[in-house]
Amino acid sequence: MTTAADRWVRFGLKPLVYAAGAGPFLYVAAGIAGVDGVNLGANPVEEILDILGIWGLYFLLATLAVTPLRQATGWVPLMRLRRPLGLAAFFCVLGHFLFYLVVDRALELDTIGEDIVKRPFITVGFAALLILVPLALTSTQGAMRRLGRRWQSLHRMVYVAAFLGCLHYAWQVKADLREPLLYLAILAFLLGWRWVRHQRRLKHVAPAAFERLG
Amino acid sequence: MARYRPPPIPASEITPEPVYRARREFMAGALALGAGAAWPGESAAQMVMNVSVVEKLQFRPNPRFSTDEPKNTFEEITTYNNFYEFGTDKSDPAKNARSFRTRPWNVAIEGEAEVTGSFALEDLLKPHALEARIYRLRCVEAWSMVIPWIGFPLGELVKRCKPTSRAKYVEFTTLLDPKQMPGQRFPVIQWPYVEGLRMDEAMHPLAILAVGLYGEVLPNQNGAPLRLVVPWKYGFKSIKSIVRIRFTEKQPRTSWELSAPREYGFYANVNPEVDHPRWSQKRERRIGAGSLWDRRPTLPFNGYDEVAGLYRGMDLRKFF
Repeated sequence: MTTAADRWVRFGLKPLVYAAGAGPFLYVAAGIAGVDGVNLGANPVEEILDILGIWGLYFLLATLAVTPLRQATGWVPLMRLRRPLGLAAFFCVLGHFLFYLVVDRALELDTIGEDIVKRPFITVGFAALLILVPLALTSTQGAMRRLGRRWQSLHRMVYVAAFLGCLHYAWQVKADLREPLLYLAILAFLLGWRWVRHQRRLKHVAPAAFERLG
Repeated sequence: MARYRPPPIPASEITPEPVYRARREFMAGALALGAGAAWPGESAAQMVMNVSVVEKLQFRPNPRFSTDEPKNTFEEITTYNNFYEFGTDKSDPAKNARSFRTRPWNVAIEGEAEVTGSFALEDLLKPHALEARIYRLRCVEAWSMVIPWIGFPLGELVKRCKPTSRAKYVEFTTLLDPKQMPGQRFPVIQWPYVEGLRMDEAMHPLAILAVGLYGEVLPNQNGAPLRLVVPWKYGFKSIKSIVRIRFTEKQPRTSWELSAPREYGFYANVNPEVDHPRWSQKRERRIGAGSLWDRRPTLPFNGYDEVAGLYRGMDLRKFF
């Protein structure tokens, strides 16, 4: 089935999402290369870490917004954006972690090990990344087919990853919690939406099933 | 009471942007070349003329209390810093402090001292000879800079206030003015910002009150017109835009300590052995060091070993 709307999403919006996914990396590269107008400030390492981390979170929340948006608008082609958004989130989070390891910490194994074990905010961020790895690996059509029903149960882990991501951000802030709390609120809304629909489905489906058992 | 309204600034007094830029370049050049260097050509003479417009400070260098490490640039020092009164991003103070009024400015001296009252800043500064001190600054967030302050020893001011025998601590307070300081419109931490030192810390010759940076009047975003600089403590101890100095018998309750007592102590001495609960303090990143990989070991008391005697016999893990 290829409607005009579907083509528009596939050939218009989807490439745009892929480009957006590359955006943070291109921006960082331009900053390091010293391109005019891209200013990473006096502490470029911190700035790059922040850019990759926050965009990882943005893309993760955007991924989770796809289904509610589809349900609210009834516009099914939107679902095509879920994978590119999820992959963009994964690559930003992976980049964030690798940049922390190799540049921010310059591979200092002593402080990295200490961080992951002793600092809950880093433990939590690391756990989120670990969750995203199998999700990215099973994001292909082939894996979807092979896993069948289990695919969806596996990919529900993204809810946990997003929550841990928000927590990771909130926990490392010194005092100003306004921004991380905003993301937590958005996440609560997106998950709450699913929960409410799930409850409603139970209410409608279950009695019907019992009737049949009659 | 009539509100003070600053007189309108005549156009003739506003420095045009190119002149401002040239002045910055001139300052950098002057510092690089040192005193007594010859200026080639007319353009330099032109720049010297422009310099007379700026509020340059009279001071003498103090090499005894200065590091010879490479200084951070004026740009780095003035665009990357924490001053939560103007916003919590490190680029916020430079953006939001532009129209901050530092004149007129009064400082109240209060508490356990013979000389108390409200003093105009000019009168407070008059008896003190200014000196340049190039200090390391170690932020609690594990980055550091080298900054050429202009100021005078805090101890000299303390002595002039004649604290009584009951004065055990000095408490400092920042201006509270949400109209001018947009960061204060939201209770990120308890406003106004309060900091404090033990009396012997305040009397230590390394503790200074700064009024300038790179030979000029302190930029607004760096704590104009009067700030504390305590180089052996984490940056947040060095309170900015001070309006009150109070001598107290009890240890002051400082803003960060109130905000997160597990994470920020009253002493806040730079100490690689005592981690912040959420990150290691073993190493630091020197801003502007040229390499993205610059991570150097953090030194006890930020390398100012001469203050160690102040804390002899104290468990610095407990009194962090």
